[in-house]
Amino acid sequence: MRAPAGVKVQFTGGQLQEVRRLQALYPDKRAALLPVLQLAQAAFGYISLEAEEYVAGLFDLSPAHVHEVVTFYTLFFREPKGRHVVSVCHNLTCHLLGARRVLAYLKERLGVEVGGTTPDGKVTLLSVECLCACEMAPMMQVDDRYEGHLTPELVDRILEGLG
Amino acid sequence: MAELILTRNFHRPDSHALRLYQETGGYEGLQRVLALPPVTIIETVKKSNLRGLGGAGFPTGVKWGFIPKGHPGPVYLVINADEGEPGTFKDRYLLERDPHALIEGMIVSAYAIGSHLAFVYIRGEYVQPWRRFARAVEEAYAAGFLGRNILGSGFDLDVVVHRGAGAYICGEETGLISSLEGKKGWPKLKPPFPAIRGAFDAPTIVNNVETICHVPHIVQRGAEWFAALGTATQGGTRMYSVSGHIRQPGVYELPVSVTLRALIYEHAGGLPDGRRLKAVVPGGSSAPILRADEIEVAMDVDGLKNAGTMAGSAGVIVMDETVSIPEALMVVARFYAHESCGQCTPCRESTGWIFKMAQRIVEGKGRKEDLDTILDVARRGAGTTICAFYDGAVGPYISYIEKFRDEFEALIPK
Ligand SMILES: Cc1cc2nc3c(=O)[nH]c(=O)nc-3n(C[C@H](O)[C@H](O)[C@H](O)COP(=O)(O)O)c2cc1C
Ligand code: SF4
Ligand code: FES
Repeated sequence: MRAPAGVKVQFTGGQLQEVRRLQALYPDKRAALLPVLQLAQAAFGYISLEAEEYVAGLFDLSPAHVHEVVTFYTLFFREPKGRHVVSVCHNLTCHLLGARRVLAYLKERLGVEVGGTTPDGKVTLLSVECLCACEMAPMMQVDDRYEGHLTPELVDRILEGLG
Repeated sequence: MAELILTRNFHRPDSHALRLYQETGGYEGLQRVLALPPVTIIETVKKSNLRGLGGAGFPTGVKWGFIPKGHPGPVYLVINADEGEPGTFKDRYLLERDPHALIEGMIVSAYAIGSHLAFVYIRGEYVQPWRRFARAVEEAYAAGFLGRNILGSGFDLDVVVHRGAGAYICGEETGLISSLEGKKGWPKLKPPFPAIRGAFDAPTIVNNVETICHVPHIVQRGAEWFAALGTATQGGTRMYSVSGHIRQPGVYELPVSVTLRALIYEHAGGLPDGRRLKAVVPGGSSAPILRADEIEVAMDVDGLKNAGTMAGSAGVIVMDETVSIPEALMVVARFYAHESCGQCTPCRESTGWIFKMAQRIVEGKGRKEDLDTILDVARRGAGTTICAFYDGAVGPYISYIEKFRDEFEALIPK
């Protein structure tokens, strides 16, 4: 999220140390693949093919295996994303309580479709399955935070608060 | 009001802190428990009638008993904190508001099954719960509750907190194990069951967060006490997640014998604005739907099974009279189409097609034969797949259509 697109695909010494710490936590070091990919995404902004190859090298895994893993999970981005990611839940409870209105409002405010990023690179908009916070429906995830009981006014305030 | 066990500290702003946990009796009996023979703990859990609270309702002590006796290599305990069943949010509350309860439960459970390395698999979206829980693990290490020779007992336990990366199917225990091993989260054919060959090919017990949080209480207060809280076949309380058209959405800890009617009207305040109930999903989206006239049912595993549905994850989704059931089915079908891992043909193909059919029915472009096609496809695929995901999808497909067929037919052009 922090790194701009096009950043060099290479961990720092400290990050490599963290990779080795993670690998040593498991009976088989390959089990650290998900946490290391999470580290890679935080460092490089997204998981490019180059990043897949780089991570594969840290594990003695084939790039094909890493690719298969990256493409399986929704939280890995394979293209540059916005500085912030807004994920609106569209599953059952949120649907019952107005998720469609929330999503329509966000599309209009941001001027993007689901999956799109605003031209200034600020926000990527997604719709996602149940985030398991249905008690605050309709809700969405904004980066690390859950935001619930959404109204247009609240959505406005949340968007204004994003740097 | 029944006594609160798992949620007793939730109202305290500092409920997650080690100090508060200890002030309210936490870790107090641990030293005594770690002196008991492990088999005594397994027997106690069996007698308590504790049943898994992650979805399948399997008796916990019985599962623990499947670990091969005197296994020479490592045994692993894996905590399923991949909460993803639509309508469910209880494990999030436990991780955030009482992380030490899970840690103490893990210590007792790992000791009982002879495990010295335990993993907690937390869904990737749960960032705040993960931070809270990881912090509590650090506190527990610093206080000597984790690591080597815990409280002088000679028992060692390490805990690794592992984060998922977004995939509902990783909640299924063999999918979770694949994912924990660094692969895509493909479920595996059983047998072998994880208790025989699980994570890293070693005997592994996978249990839900809430299941494990109950364990210290059972061992402290006795199997009889816990069993007596529930029904003849399921002990204890459990945490019901209630959402949808309800005055007070939230988590309710109640004895498993509570009726769905009491849960909705007495505990969660009934429906808002005097609106009438139309339908309820009682156990997460995979549980067959109940009509308003079917809520006089006990919420334990067998009570809901006898009512033709399931207790599942205890996620209760309440729908009022304004809800379009075909639209609800479309939303649910979209979820299953998106989350199928794609390994099994019936699951991969049917979830996609059924979503498309549900969608065209809602758009007024349905065909006369669509409803029977969905029912037929759903029934034929059930029970034929590697994991129970597809059976979980079939439950809503069939029940929504069978119980609200008129509503679907009204949308289909004559
Ligand atoms: C598709 C699918 C999704 C599941 N998701 C979860 C989940 O999110 N959390 C969970 O604890 N169990 C989930 N389960 C159940 C697990 O497979 C497993 O039975 C459970 O973790 C065992 O723990 P328990 O005996 O304590 O309930 C799921 C099962 C299936 C078939
Ligand atoms: S039933 Fe569906 S989710 Fe389960 S293994 Fe088969 S394809 Fe994957
Ligand atoms: S349906 Fe939106 S959080 Fe569960």
